[in-house]
Amino acid sequence: MNQLTYLRYEVIRTYRNRRFLMFSLAFPLILFLAVAGPHKNQMIVGIPFPLYYMTGMVAWGTMVAVISSGARIAAERQVGWTRQLRITPLPTWSYFAAKIFCGYLMAILSMLILFVAGSLVGVHLTLSQWFVMVGLLLVGLIPFSVLGIMFGHLLTTDSLGPAIGGTTALFALLGGAYGPLVTGGALLTVVKCLPSYWLVIASKSALIGGGWPPQAWIVIAVWTVVTSVLAVRVYQRDTRKI
Amino acid sequence: MNEHTAVANGTNNIVVSNLTKTFGKVRAVRGINFEMDRGTTVALLGPNGAGKSTTIDMMIGLTTPDFGSVSLFGHSPANAVHMGLIGAMTQTGSLIDYLSVRELVSMMAALYPSPLDVDEALRISGADAFADRMTRKLSGGETQRVRFAMALVADAELLVLDEPTVALDVEGRRDFWIAMRAFAARGKTVVFATHYLEEADAYADRIILIAHGRIVADGAPTEIKATVGGRIVRATLPNVDLDKLRPLSGVTSVERRGDAVTLNCADSDATLRELFTLYPNVRDVEVRGAGLEEAFLELTEDDDDEAV
Repeated sequence: MNQLTYLRYEVIRTYRNRRFLMFSLAFPLILFLAVAGPHKNQMIVGIPFPLYYMTGMVAWGTMVAVISSGARIAAERQVGWTRQLRITPLPTWSYFAAKIFCGYLMAILSMLILFVAGSLVGVHLTLSQWFVMVGLLLVGLIPFSVLGIMFGHLLTTDSLGPAIGGTTALFALLGGAYGPLVTGGALLTVVKCLPSYWLVIASKSALIGGGWPPQAWIVIAVWTVVTSVLAVRVYQRDTRKI
Repeated sequence: MNEHTAVANGTNNIVVSNLTKTFGKVRAVRGINFEMDRGTTVALLGPNGAGKSTTIDMMIGLTTPDFGSVSLFGHSPANAVHMGLIGAMTQTGSLIDYLSVRELVSMMAALYPSPLDVDEALRISGADAFADRMTRKLSGGETQRVRFAMALVADAELLVLDEPTVALDVEGRRDFWIAMRAFAARGKTVVFATHYLEEADAYADRIILIAHGRIVADGAPTEIKATVGGRIVRATLPNVDLDKLRPLSGVTSVERRGDAVTLNCADSDATLRELFTLYPNVRDVEVRGAGLEEAFLELTEDDDDEAV
């Protein structure tokens, strides 16, 4: 068995899906240029506005990328493809791993495009700051990848669009991806329990240095565990049905 | 160890023992038992809803039986799947998009330990004519050929086909079976489900008849044809004594409706010869094949059909 060949075709399929490219790459870029461009020299939550907004848009675009990739399982389930795969030697975990890999690949592309756009609008970070930020973003996306796999077993192709759009918009909005929604009070405590908040704040953490505070790691870990448990449940229920 | 258990534990055959599956109140499969040798082609023949697909799904590990077991060359279905011993074409299912036919078949080939050459699989299945077309742009018949190519490319020991010709026209059907024969000729074991007696007769070494989740007959195609391949002769023959028609050659049963009589025949040619000789006034003679459904009804009419 050559799982790399299998993975290669999964990647090809991802890049041939134009609508997918549009939502995870084009929309965040357009919004970033439209909003950050005119406010180049302002500061927000103690960091330059373009840097904040660039990371906000990266958070949104990459969330869409990794959730959509897993959620595509819904379409493949609907046409009987997952059933077809169950009678091949491909292990189920490889099938999921390929979906997560494709989501991350798309997320990295989304990051690169926004980083280039950010640099053009005046975002300056040292190489090590870039590395820290990218590292934190990649970790922060784990629960969203798992959420995508869960969506893939929970939804139908009809409900997929609204579900992904709604979920990512809500996470992005509350997490402050479109601008800091809450900056203090009890609500901030709640917002700090969202993994998307820590995605957005990855830029600040990188700029200040030292990465995330312990709370961030705990939040990401808890969300990863909870979404994984739910995803396994949903998967088991779905395969039993057949 | 007696001879029977030696065969049952053998790695050279397929053993299906007492398979049982209930969906809610429907007893889909009610104790299916058979063994088959490596390299043979067996047809599971039966009307829709007989339990063929459920049996096949249990054989390839897609459905877990409530009771009973399957051994494929000495392995459980899950292990056989994992080892790449099974190439299968299920009854439903379409293709994923954003790939060409050739790419899709190559993707599947990559999953098996020793796949067939992709071009070879495309050629045998007849999908080579549209190998570079995107999967989304295929007709129903073309999709079916690609699904066949995906099952073939595994080059597996066991090929399982669940009503593979349903979406095909007459010509497509013939091409399909020619391709299947070519594949089986390489020493492969083939199990296919169908509700066409002609297909089972022409392409299988052995036919297992299934109705109401049970095996009702099992044997060589000629034997099965004698059991269910009967014909029905209808004719207008006023005022004839039914008891005089019953002894005619080849007749299994008779009925009357008004002036018309219906003769169920195992050998309609013999019946007709006698009928015309003994009753020159017979007219409006019609001969038709008794449908499988009718044959099954007859075979299973005293069967207990109670719900669980």
